[in-house]
Amino acid sequence: MTTRVQLEIFEGPLDLLLHLIKKNEVSITDIPIAAITEQYLATVEVMESFNLDVAGEFLVMAATLIHIKSRMLLPLTDNEEGEEEGTDPRAELVQRLLEYQRFKDAADQLERREVLARDVFVRSAAPTEEIPPSGFRQVSVFDLLSALKRVIDRLPKDDAHEVTLDKITVREKMTLLLSSLRAGGRMLFEALFSDVKTRMEVVVTFLAMLELVKIRAIRIFQAESSAPIEIEAAAGIDEAPAAIALQDAEEDQHGT
Amino acid sequence: MEREDIKSIIESLLFVTDGPLTLQRLGEVVEGVEREEIRATLDELQAELETNRRGVRLVEVSGGYQLRTAKVNAEWVKKLLGGRPARMGRATLETLAIIAYRQPITRAEIEAIRGVDVDGVINTLLDRSLIRPVARKDVPGRPFLYGTTPEFLQLFNLKDLSHLPTLKEMEEITLPEIPGEELPLESVEER
Repeated sequence: MTTRVQLEIFEGPLDLLLHLIKKNEVSITDIPIAAITEQYLATVEVMESFNLDVAGEFLVMAATLIHIKSRMLLPLTDNEEGEEEGTDPRAELVQRLLEYQRFKDAADQLERREVLARDVFVRSAAPTEEIPPSGFRQVSVFDLLSALKRVIDRLPKDDAHEVTLDKITVREKMTLLLSSLRAGGRMLFEALFSDVKTRMEVVVTFLAMLELVKIRAIRIFQAESSAPIEIEAAAGIDEAPAAIALQDAEEDQHGT
Repeated sequence: MEREDIKSIIESLLFVTDGPLTLQRLGEVVEGVEREEIRATLDELQAELETNRRGVRLVEVSGGYQLRTAKVNAEWVKKLLGGRPARMGRATLETLAIIAYRQPITRAEIEAIRGVDVDGVINTLLDRSLIRPVARKDVPGRPFLYGTTPEFLQLFNLKDLSHLPTLKEMEEITLPEIPGEELPLESVEER
């Protein structure tokens, strides 16, 4: 006799367990552990046979279930080491399941609300709009450009046409920015340009900053729309030097 | 100023404002009118739009007032705007619910509840500005503590966090006294 297991998409081992509990019409607080463990393992096996990426969490739970099952078979002595007297081996799992179930219910409730851009709309609603790039609050290109303009406007006028020979490259500037923004670091956008004297250097610094955003080494954000623009080290900052080196190597190959 | 004039002004102000308009801001603009009168006028306007089954409704959301389309017209608005709104996946929604009710909370604490890795989901929520890091927890590694944003309140039509639907109380856990023995299933009540 073959067991047919209907495969659904489970968020995780707890989700799969809740599904099995519901399917078997049993109570969370009194799980028939042997039967549920068997079905759980069967499902994980099916997932594996479909070459689904069975996350390690599923296997950890499988081990937990087997452990509970074995403990339930043993008659407990009063002074089993480390265990409280009369504790149901399932208790901890039950707690976790109940806790998780609560948040599943909470998620359902949220989904039933009047969701913006699905059920209700505001005047400027644009539901097809791209998801804003990473950042605490999106800084628009216009915000950046007007901040850049303020920097350029502050440059001494006489230098506007001066040709600087010892120019700094975007790559070099990227490396400089990285070293001043080591993990956890944060600085004001304007501070980037504090010792910049020429328009060319402003542009190079600005491009270096954009490159770093592109490789996710830094992110640009504002606390609110009128607040100063800030720059912060992002998740990719540790990989950034390697990324820059790679870009350099590629450009060398193309003879630039 | 007559009440009807104030109402008309307020409706115009609400119409041109992008985000929710706070009572305070309304008070600053509509000078010389008591805060209480503005509030009463807003209530009137809200009731009028409701009873006359108008296409826009006045809602209190994220600490302010905002005009939103009536839910019954969603289908038509969607047809006009085209495109599909970004659907929120189950994992995203569950993680968001955990953060909303348990904030401030760390990534590891969320993972403990969901039983799975939440890195990708957290990044999605950060990108959509629905959550933000609010502080760092004073434990080894100083992990970020996450909380929800005003955008979260706006997305789910919530006035403030205290208006989140009440989380169901964890049911009383009645476990058998003697472990190791299977209890008859019918003796335990289903949720």
